Amino acid sequence: MRKELIELRVNGRAHEVAIEPSALLLDVLRQQLQLTGSKRGCDDSSCGACTILVDGVAMMSCTLLAASCEGQEITTIEGVSEHGSLAAIQKAYGDWGGAQCGYCTPGFIMAVKSLLAENPDPSESDIRNALSSNLCRCTGYNQMYEAIRSAIAAERSAAAKSE
Amino acid sequence: MVDAAEKTTGAGKYTDDLSVPGMLVGKILHSPYPHARIRRIDTSRAEQLERVVAIVVGKDAPNPYGILPVGHDEHALALDKVRYVGDNVACVVAASEPIAEKALELIDVDYEVLPAYFDPEESLKATTYLIHDNKPNNLEKDYHHIFGDPDRGFAEADHVAEARFIANEVTHAAMEPHSTLAAFEIDPHTGKPGRLTVWSSTQVPYYLQHKLSLVLEMPMAQIRVIKPLVGGGFGGKSEVIPIEIIAAVAARKAQAPVKITYTREEVFWAHRGRPRTIIDLKTGVKNDGRITAVKARVVQDGGAYCSYGVVTILYSGALLGALYDIPNIQYDGYRVLTNKPACGAMRGHGTVNVRFAFESQLDELAAKIGMDPAEVRRRNLLKPPCVTVNGLRVQSYGLPECIEKTIDRSGWNERKGKLPKGRGIGIACSHYVSGAANSIIRSDMPHSTVNIKIDRDGGVVVYTGASEIGQGSDTMTAQIAAEVLGCSLSRVRVIAADTDLTPIDIGSYSSRVTFMAGNATLRAANEVKKLIAAAAAKKMNCQPDDLVFREDVVVSRNGHVGTAAIGRPAEQSSAATVSGRVEGQILRGSLQQKREDEGPKDHLSFEEAVIAAIDFHGALTGTGSYAPPPEARGGKHKGAGVGPSPAYSYSAQVAEVSVDEETGEVTVHKVWAAHDCGRALNPVSVEGQIIGSVWMGMGQALTEEMVWKDGMLMNPGLLEYRSPSSVESPEVEPIIVESIDPEGPFGAKECSEGSLAATIPAIANAIYDAVGIRLHESPFTPERVLAALRAKKNAKALNLTEGVDPMSPTRFREHGGSLWFKGKGPERHPLDPARTIGISED
Repeated sequence: MRKELIELRVNGRAHEVAIEPSALLLDVLRQQLQLTGSKRGCDDSSCGACTILVDGVAMMSCTLLAASCEGQEITTIEGVSEHGSLAAIQKAYGDWGGAQCGYCTPGFIMAVKSLLAENPDPSESDIRNALSSNLCRCTGYNQMYEAIRSAIAAERSAAAKSE
Repeated sequence: MVDAAEKTTGAGKYTDDLSVPGMLVGKILHSPYPHARIRRIDTSRAEQLERVVAIVVGKDAPNPYGILPVGHDEHALALDKVRYVGDNVACVVAASEPIAEKALELIDVDYEVLPAYFDPEESLKATTYLIHDNKPNNLEKDYHHIFGDPDRGFAEADHVAEARFIANEVTHAAMEPHSTLAAFEIDPHTGKPGRLTVWSSTQVPYYLQHKLSLVLEMPMAQIRVIKPLVGGGFGGKSEVIPIEIIAAVAARKAQAPVKITYTREEVFWAHRGRPRTIIDLKTGVKNDGRITAVKARVVQDGGAYCSYGVVTILYSGALLGALYDIPNIQYDGYRVLTNKPACGAMRGHGTVNVRFAFESQLDELAAKIGMDPAEVRRRNLLKPPCVTVNGLRVQSYGLPECIEKTIDRSGWNERKGKLPKGRGIGIACSHYVSGAANSIIRSDMPHSTVNIKIDRDGGVVVYTGASEIGQGSDTMTAQIAAEVLGCSLSRVRVIAADTDLTPIDIGSYSSRVTFMAGNATLRAANEVKKLIAAAAAKKMNCQPDDLVFREDVVVSRNGHVGTAAIGRPAEQSSAATVSGRVEGQILRGSLQQKREDEGPKDHLSFEEAVIAAIDFHGALTGTGSYAPPPEARGGKHKGAGVGPSPAYSYSAQVAEVSVDEETGEVTVHKVWAAHDCGRALNPVSVEGQIIGSVWMGMGQALTEEMVWKDGMLMNPGLLEYRSPSSVESPEVEPIIVESIDPEGPFGAKECSEGSLAATIPAIANAIYDAVGIRLHESPFTPERVLAALRAKKNAKALNLTEGVDPMSPTRFREHGGSLWFKGKGPERHPLDPARTIGISED
C-alpha cells in the first residue's frame, strides 16, 4: 500500500510521519515515534491499555486510524509528567499500589486524567464507571481508588498553597 | 515501590517495547485441527513473497523440551503431529507484520485429521490414536496416596459427606501478551554467529536459558536471557512458552534479530492455566466437629502436553494437608491428556480447585452437625510446630488469628444467618507454600543467590536473579538490603534477572521470592555489613558488635551521636592511627576529612564507613544464598517432593454476597480477607497482593471460564473471557496477620497466592447462606444458580438453552486473525448450525 505523509501532534510537538492509510495510531506511536508507553494488551479495544487522549477525550488507540487524527492534539502517557516530575496521579499510583506489573497503568492514568478533566470531584461510582473501560489483572482495582482519591487531595492542597 | 516511576510514566520497557537494529518480525502458523498428523508442509509459495526472510518449521529444531524433566514432550514447532487447535506449525519471519500474515496464508499444510479427545474421563478410555504414543490411555500421570487409616477414619465419623465438584478451566490472561526478542552476536574468534541474547516476558529466565540450550544445542554460557519489565505472569510465564524457543530458532535461521509477540487470541491458546478439575470428595467428621478422614479423587483435564501437570496433580493432593489437622487422607490423582492447549501453573497452583471442594463440603458438614462454620474450622487447627500426616513441616501458623480477625471485622457472629433473604455471608480458609522446598531439577544447588557490591560512591548494587513480574520482587530486595545496611532506599540499585550479570535464582513461581531470594539478600547484606563493621570499628575504636547501622550513619552503641564534629580527644590514640588510606589519593576534600578523622569518632557516615571498609579490605562485596533446609523437604513416598515448603501462608476470608433469585445473578459486596504473611515487609504491597488474589478468585468463582467446543476455544478475548472490570469488583478489606516465621527473612512468608483459594468457597458458602443452595460447579453463573434454585424447589430444571447450542455464539468477532473468521475452523459436528448455514450468517 502507498504511504502518505501526515502530521501528528503528539504531546505538544508536531511529527511528520509516512504511514499506510490503514496504519493504527497505536502502531504509529509505538513503532514510528518510539512512544512505547501506550501498550497493546488486546487487539480489539477490550482492555484499554492503549488509552490516549485525543483533544482531551480518552480513546483507545489500537482501533483508531492514525490518519484520522491529523490536526488533533494527541496526549500519551509520555506527556503526562509535568516539568520532568511525576504528576500527582502518577505519584499516587506509585505510592498506593495502583500499579503492580504496570502494563495497564498508562491506560488507566489516561482514563483517570480524562475523568478528572471532566469531573474534578468524582464520586466512588463515577470513578468505578470511568475505570470500567480498562482492565487490570493484578490489583483488583481497590488500591487504584485510593490512589485517585489521594491524587485529587494532593492537587487540591497544591492549588490551595499556590493561591 | 522502587520501580513505580518507570511504570507510571511509560518509560519502563517491556519486551514488546524493545527493538534492535535490523529486527524482523515473526508470526506463527497455528493448527486449525485439535488432533491431526502433518503429512506435508509446503512453504514454497510463502517463501517467494517479497520481504519474507525465512520460514521455520519443526525440523529446524527437532529437540524435545518441557518444563519438567519428566515431561519433555514439546517441540518448538510441530514435528509430525498437532495436538490442539492453536498448536504451532510454522513461523514466518518477515520485514513487517502484514507481510508475515500474508505469508502465513500461503503456507500449505496437508493434515490427516485424527479422532480427538476433549473430555478427560472419555480420554482415559482411549486405546487408539493416543495423544502421545508413550502415554497409554492418555494418562499423563496418576498418584495414589494413603496417609493414616482413612477407612477407620470414616468408620469413626458421625457424619460423612460425599459429592462431586467441578471447577472449570480458567487462564491467567496477564495484561502483557507474551513477547520474545532473540538476537545472535557474531563471535569475534570464529567470525560466525555465536552468543545468543534473548529478551523475554518470563518468570523463569534461568529455566528459559536451560531449555534454549537443549533445543538449540548451544552451551548455556553462550545464551544470555534478559527479563525486561514483565506485565503480569500469574504462572502463565513460569515455564518456557513455545514463542520463546521459536523466536530463537527463527533468529538463527533468518540470521537477524527476530521479535515475536502474541496476539491476545494466541495468548489464550498458549494458555498453561488452571485445568478443569473433577473432584470426588468424601469427608468424615465427628459431632464435635473434628475431621476424621478425607478421601479425594481428582481428575485434571491437562490439555495436550505435560507442562507442569505432574506437579499440579501432586499439589492437589499434598495440600489437603497443612491447613487443618487431618489424621487420615486418601488421595487418587489423575492428570489426563486431552486435545486442548496445555494447562500449567496458575496462581495457587494445584490447590485452588480442591480447596473449593473441601471448604464447601466442610460447610455442609458444619450445617449437618449444627455447628457454626467458623467454629468447625477452629476445632481442626494444627498445633505447630508439627509435621502433618503427609510429611509437611509447619512452623508458623497464623490461621487461628486470621479466623478471629475476619470474624471480628465482618461482624460474623452478629450477622451470620440473620441477613435478609437473598443476602448472605460465608467463610473459608486456605493456605499456600512459600516456595517449593524442592526445585524442578533435583539438585542440592541453592535456590537463590544474591551478590552485593558497594563502591566508594556509597552506592549499594544488589545483583539478583529474582524476577520482578509486578509482585514487588525488586522492591523487596532493595528494602531488605537497605534495612540490613541501615542506608536509605535511594542508595540501593537492584540489577535483576539477567543471566549474564546476576547469580542464579530459579524464578518467580510457587511464591518463593520473598522467602528464598529475600533470605539470600539478607545473608549477602549481612556479609557486607560485617566487612563494613570490622573496618568502621577500627576507625571508631570499638567492637564491631557495638555498631548500629541506621539512617545512613554507622554509630557506636556506646558513643554519643553528634559529638564527633566537636572533635573529642582520643581516648586510645593508638587505634586512631589505623587508616588504610593509600597515600597519593588524598584530595583536597578528603584532606580536610582526614584532619577531622584524626581522633576516633563515635559515628561515621555511610560513605565514610564504606570508604574505610574498601581501604581496609580492598573490595566490598558480599554473597548470600538460600537452600531450603533438609527437614523441610518432605517425606519419602513417591511424589513427596511436591508440597513441602519451608513455610506456609494462611488465609481466612468472609465474603458477603447477594443472589437475585429471578435472574440467578450473584453479586459480591465485600470480602474480608485476613492473610498470615509472616511479617509484612511492605504493607502496601502485601495488601495489594491479598486484594489481587481475592479479586482473581472472585473472577473464577463468578464469571471466568474457558469455554470449549470440539477443542475450539469459544471466548479467546478479554471481554468474552469476562475478566471482571472495576464495576463488577467488590471492596476487599485486607487484614494482615503477622505470625513471624522463624526461617523467613525478618519472619516473612508468601502473600501473593494463598488468598486466592479461599475466595471461591467463601462465595459458595455465602450463596448457601443467602438462598440455601449448594453449588458444586464453578463459575457460579446465572444458569447454574437458577438450575440449583429450581432443583431446590423440586421444580423441573428449566433448560434455558433447549434447542440452542449454548456454546456456540451466533456471531463471532475477529480477534487478530481468528481461524473462525477465516473459515479455517475444524470439521464441524453434523448438527452444528455453523456447518450448514456458513459462518458469515447468523
